[in-house]
Amino acid sequence: MRVIVAEDSALMREGLVGLLERFSHTVVAAVGDAPALVGAVRRDRPDLVLTDVRMPPRNADDGLRAAVELRSADPALPVLVLSQFVEPVAAEALLDTGDGDGVGYLLKDRVADVTAFAAAVERVAGGGTVLDPEVVRRLVRRRRDPVGRLSPREREVLDLMAQGRSNTEIAATLVLSDAAVNKHVRAVFTKLDLPAESAGHRRVLAVLAWLRSGQ
Amino acid sequence: MRIATAWQAMDQRPLRFLLTLWPWRSLAYLLTGAALGVMLIVVFGVPSSALVLGGPALAVGTGVALVVAVIAVGPLLAALERRRLRLVDDEPLPAPPRPPGSRWRAPATWRAVGFALLAATGLATLDAGVLGLSFVLPVLLFASPTDDPNAWPLVIVGVLLLAAAPWTVTSWAGARAALTRTVLGPRGVELGPGIADVGTRRLIGAFESERSRIERDLHDGAQQRLVALGVSLGLARLDAPDGSALADRLDDARDQLGVALAELRDLVRGLDPRTLADHGLAAAVEDQAARCPVPVEVDVSLPDRLPPQVATTAYFVLTEALTNTGRHSAARTASVTGRRHADQVILEVRDDGRGGADPAAGSGLAGLAERVALAGGRLRLSSPPGGPTLLRVELPCG
Repeated sequence: MRVIVAEDSALMREGLVGLLERFSHTVVAAVGDAPALVGAVRRDRPDLVLTDVRMPPRNADDGLRAAVELRSADPALPVLVLSQFVEPVAAEALLDTGDGDGVGYLLKDRVADVTAFAAAVERVAGGGTVLDPEVVRRLVRRRRDPVGRLSPREREVLDLMAQGRSNTEIAATLVLSDAAVNKHVRAVFTKLDLPAESAGHRRVLAVLAWLRSGQ
Repeated sequence: MRIATAWQAMDQRPLRFLLTLWPWRSLAYLLTGAALGVMLIVVFGVPSSALVLGGPALAVGTGVALVVAVIAVGPLLAALERRRLRLVDDEPLPAPPRPPGSRWRAPATWRAVGFALLAATGLATLDAGVLGLSFVLPVLLFASPTDDPNAWPLVIVGVLLLAAAPWTVTSWAGARAALTRTVLGPRGVELGPGIADVGTRRLIGAFESERSRIERDLHDGAQQRLVALGVSLGLARLDAPDGSALADRLDDARDQLGVALAELRDLVRGLDPRTLADHGLAAAVEDQAARCPVPVEVDVSLPDRLPPQVATTAYFVLTEALTNTGRHSAARTASVTGRRHADQVILEVRDDGRGGADPAAGSGLAGLAERVALAGGRLRLSSPPGGPTLLRVELPCG
């Protein structure tokens, strides 16, 4: 997979490049600011953009703005944004581009769990949606009332679904059988009155849309 | 103790007090006050009688002239009262600073006119009354026929009154001086952007920029290094065989690093909320509300371009208020509203909790009020025992 990395800290940039290469991806460009990122993508469209939020020139949310701008021009371009802080607003700005297909928003800390991070990279590049658990938790809190009707187990399943995990992954994380996970997922959909039987990535988006509709 | 006023002078042994100049100064103060009153009665009384005795045409003309004269003389009389005050008060009384524009638009001017009228009429009469009680009445009592045995008690009363005269005179002089100082002196708000205010603003500005600098340093320095360290640990973990002791150690290290990063992130966020800078007050408040254990309804509709200091103050006020609600209120629901009315930002935080919030009880409320006051705003709290609680903050936003 061909990846463009944008990160202003040289130390972190080298770390990310090393990590991606370790998983046999090719880093076609590694840049340190937002305009350079936009330029690099225009010159040579990658399979995935991995970018920091806070970058020069303004040292505010330049990276996020660049990501949104790139996605508006090319909604099929997969973008994974890494952030030092959880900002649900930023995550939602990303989800609003290209129907939320092929976007990810993760805390930088998650990179330390390299295998999970590598899986997230693959999922975003494949058109999936990845949301940091912290963002999901905040979204869930905002929809307090109906979520309160879920059992603790069903809430865990909802969290993992919203993060973009598949049933198999959910089963592995919660140490449950596939059948048990299926049962919980159906219960969540019924209780929250979600369009039933949406599968795969559509399901993630349905859950996220439901969580966000309650603001 | 250095004695600066007539009142302070009375707070010493009677004999010593009598040997000072203070009773005489007080006497002079009252005498000039009464004399001033008499003078004004003559100056204004004569035209007034013309008003009553003359025809209607004369009455209207004189009446208007009289009102204008009284108002015009007001500030002069106030200046004179300030000078006279030095008789019983060593501290000079400065005039309130003249605001830009017409002096007749300043509240201090009208206060002075009102006080001058009061001084020339009511206070002057009281001056005369006190002088009469202390000196004229005893003399009259002494003058009563000495051959009448029934008159003796009256003479004793006269002696007592005369003996008490220094204290009577000084007491009233002190009271009158205190009143003068209160009414004619500059008031807090009229100090305007004085030295203290400018200093405070500069201090807040310096404080804010220093906080931003620390946040930037942590973000660009320690935080980035720790995250990069996480990547290195992750790569090392890939090289370690699964299930080995080394792999366990590395997983352990990664978890500890995660905790350290989370703590550092909370610290940095407290220093300088990124959401506020990047997405504005409404988003930052939404974000805080989502962290509050009590469900909070947020309805903040404010202009995008609030002055940064107003936005920062508003943010910290709301954050602190929500923290209090979460910790102490036991509320089931809470709400936050933010609106702009004319040149003010009005913030309200309500909850249906147990109430009884007390700024004196060492909660964050006192600090909150201080912060609001520094920004030139007002904080009001209604929190009867049993609830509900309403916190209202008004911030100027020019």
